[in-house]
Amino acid sequence: MLRAMETPVGERHAIALIDHTTAIQAEAVHAWFDLLHALRGITMTIPERKVTAVIGPSGCGKSTFLRCLNRMHELVPGARVGGSVLMDGQDIYAPGVDPVQVRRRVGMVFQKPNPFPTMSINENVAAGLTLAGERNGKLLDEIVEQSLRAAALWDEVNARLHEPGTSLSGGQQQRLCIARALAVSPEVLLMDEPASALDPASTLRIEELARDLANAITIVIVTHNMQQAARVSDFTAFLLGGALVEYGPTNDLFTKPKERQTEDYITGRFG
Amino acid sequence: MAVVTCGCTLLVLAPLILILVFLAATGISALNWEFFTRLPGAAGEPGGGMANAIAGTLWLISLAGVVGVPIGVLGGTFLAEYPAARLSQMTRFAADVMNGIPSIVMGLFAYVLIVLPMRHFSGLAGGVALGVMLIPTVMRTTEEIVRLVPHSVREASLALGIPKWKTTLRVVLPTAAAGIVTGIMVGVARIAGETAPLLFTAFGNRFWSWNVLRPMAALPLQIFAYAISPFDDWHRQAWAGALVLVSIVLIVNISARYAASRQVKLR
Repeated sequence: MLRAMETPVGERHAIALIDHTTAIQAEAVHAWFDLLHALRGITMTIPERKVTAVIGPSGCGKSTFLRCLNRMHELVPGARVGGSVLMDGQDIYAPGVDPVQVRRRVGMVFQKPNPFPTMSINENVAAGLTLAGERNGKLLDEIVEQSLRAAALWDEVNARLHEPGTSLSGGQQQRLCIARALAVSPEVLLMDEPASALDPASTLRIEELARDLANAITIVIVTHNMQQAARVSDFTAFLLGGALVEYGPTNDLFTKPKERQTEDYITGRFG
Repeated sequence: MAVVTCGCTLLVLAPLILILVFLAATGISALNWEFFTRLPGAAGEPGGGMANAIAGTLWLISLAGVVGVPIGVLGGTFLAEYPAARLSQMTRFAADVMNGIPSIVMGLFAYVLIVLPMRHFSGLAGGVALGVMLIPTVMRTTEEIVRLVPHSVREASLALGIPKWKTTLRVVLPTAAAGIVTGIMVGVARIAGETAPLLFTAFGNRFWSWNVLRPMAALPLQIFAYAISPFDDWHRQAWAGALVLVSIVLIVNISARYAASRQVKLR
């Protein structure tokens, strides 16, 4: 169950989240790029098997926050993280926790589709398993099919699994990347503006997919597109200048925002 | 301006074409089945071939590859993955310096390192001399191509929970593979015709020489020996040898171009 949140903003919205199980609990998460203080203490609870959207203007730290949830932020030279991120009550930043293990549990889809250029569709989806040493061909085939079905791509590619992943269209490539992330059965899937490089039709498919996936796993989606957040998410967090301004059920946040800054942003007065 | 630049371009092409035409014209007359299958004849007697030298050159190139390729590729990968490390900066500088070291000095190096302790010339010493010459070329081309592999590809792998070392070996290097092979071939083409580093390492051999611990024949050495001999037939064979050597280099270069065309687009 939800842990009591300490910051005032958190408390106000805790009630709305109280019925849900916690997937990730971020506690005072700070992030730096060298001297730049990009995240200034974010505390929020991400509910299990829901879609949580993170919105905000460019440079507000939303992608950085996302990358703190699977320890990808620290890969940037000079980057540091403070605070803690709890999964099942365990801090993923505790000493001795292997970031590789964290990333197996928390998958990620990026802004631009990034299939492995030397691999076929089949190999791309299986990559997370084969690179980890899985050799059972039958099992791999099964998982590839399951993952491609879950990513709503199976019907389009099942006849050409051995063609290069890069031969697909942009939207298909992005769903391929989602299938690849799903193949290692993560508990959480982070989506970093997954549709920003795609056309409207492909965007819609990705959004539908995010909704469907939330039946099984937790989705956190970063977007600069407010309509997208409204369409796809159950909860929305609004970030500004590296701080969490408001967090609550998507419907509430968009129809009756409690903070002035949120209202200004969603009504298009800035950002 | 266009006329001048065009003229200069033609001037660049001219020596290459002249060399090829001249080599073909003079060398082809001595090229026959015997040349590729027979050992050198006795001094002054017409006939015989360079079969052992052709085999020796291929052997020496392979040895050089065994020495130079792993060090070059892995070193270059390190330079690309940790570009700012102090070690990288030093290594990069060292590789550039090494690139400029006269090849005869490389021969001296192998002489002191291998020939002196073994007390005799050997194919091994020649292979090592050539291999060391191969390292900087392979290393720098590997670095460049590995650097071109988009960051997003590495991130995709890391985000799947693949450790960094495995990401480099199984994702990044295969993505850059064709480009790396191109670099290796360009390097091989460069060392294939080297003569100086072999003078006091492989030394040359008038007989079949499969044992890398014994002196080994090589085309450039054989060409040199025949060219300065007083016999007309040997002179003709030297031209034929030069033609074969240039052909080998040309084939390697063309293969390199083919490999380059197979590289997945990185931009």
